[in-house]
Amino acid sequence: MTSRRPATWHVATVVDSRNETPTARRIELDVPTWPGNDAGSHVDVRLTAPDGYQATRSYSIGSAGEGTRIVLAVDEVPEGEVSPFLVHELRAGDQLELHGPLGAFFVWTPPPPAPGETPRPVQLIAGGSGVVPLYAMAAAHAESGDATQFRLLYSVRTPEDVFFRDELTALTVAEPALRLDIVYTRRAPPDWPTPPARVTRDRLQAAALPAASRPRVYVCGPTPFVEAVAGWLIDAGHRPGDVRTERFGGS
Amino acid sequence: MSFITRGFSSRRGERDPRLPPGQSLVTDWPVLSAGPTPEVDPADWEFVVRTENGAHSWNWDELHALGVEDIITDIHCVTHWTKLEMPWRGVPLDKIWESVETEHDYVMAHSYGGYTTNVPVEHLLDGKSWIAFEADGAPLDPEHGGPARLLVPHLYFWKSAKWIRGLVTMPSDEAGFWEQNGYHLRGDPWLEERYW
Repeated sequence: MTSRRPATWHVATVVDSRNETPTARRIELDVPTWPGNDAGSHVDVRLTAPDGYQATRSYSIGSAGEGTRIVLAVDEVPEGEVSPFLVHELRAGDQLELHGPLGAFFVWTPPPPAPGETPRPVQLIAGGSGVVPLYAMAAAHAESGDATQFRLLYSVRTPEDVFFRDELTALTVAEPALRLDIVYTRRAPPDWPTPPARVTRDRLQAAALPAASRPRVYVCGPTPFVEAVAGWLIDAGHRPGDVRTERFGGS
Repeated sequence: MSFITRGFSSRRGERDPRLPPGQSLVTDWPVLSAGPTPEVDPADWEFVVRTENGAHSWNWDELHALGVEDIITDIHCVTHWTKLEMPWRGVPLDKIWESVETEHDYVMAHSYGGYTTNVPVEHLLDGKSWIAFEADGAPLDPEHGGPARLLVPHLYFWKSAKWIRGLVTMPSDEAGFWEQNGYHLRGDPWLEERYW
């Protein structure tokens, strides 16, 4: 269990909105009543139309900590109802409603100091926009100065589709450093050592912390990706209770 | 305190009255699970009800022999999606409760893989819940809870525990897995009992 933060309704004002990838937008929100959030938690976004019609969707938060600014990174779901609006219409100064912070399970908080105990390493595994809560965890880890070993395996279609590219790169040289392994599934950069291909059992084994080191594993991505990865992790000897998952989309 | 967000308009026309507040229609079937999908072979599957008076268990065939019903129901996920008129098949809890003696008013549902969720007994009986094996005309996929899941469609769907293994009765209400991790103790979608 992590510290419980009260989840309530908040009014958020858009401070900044900019392209994150060709299909996604990074939205920074000012939420004066925000109680802070743990890394990995999410929020419900509610939009209200002039005729009273409302639509609500859940989004992972790409930021963590005690501040009153939060960052969302929203990938457009074609034919969607809310994400196309957030990606194409929403601009600085607009207001919307948020309910949160939500979720006390798919979160990472710095472990309390336990004398004589070796902290367990953390393996993050992202598919596409599933990197958003995992980036928040990696950033919170760097911010905390906690010495836990952190690795991120990130499956993404092309170099342009990488979320938080500059921030992730900066974390790889931060202290403590994040170990970042990117797997390009459709097109890799010109000088990339391996041709584009999906994450497989072997690539997972090569790039993820071994079960013997008892890492805490967080997996987030589309349902088929998470199903496959979580199954391989169990086959490789990770305990089911050590693997936390968050899925989006149908099967 | 709702207010209008500039530029947002309804694109879906009339709101379907079968949608609880804050829900949107889906036609696919999203998957939400806190961890890996456990593999459970129906040949090894067992369903156990444990009360203050002892335990009663059923294997796959024994449970089916209690009588399988066809169900058409709407399901509502706390993550804001609703699926309408979904066909299911399963054994009503009422049939199971014919062999159960308890004074307790609550149960904790336990799943293969360790998931738990709490439900009041009155929300399980009188045709309100089933142990379900089929959905959309096919055996339940593992990621949707196969081989068998609890089906309590009038509550948010995290109460319909996937990979159901048994029920343990309780004299008072206690929080299950999601109920300890941010979700409401009861979970009525028409009252929007989503979160703490």
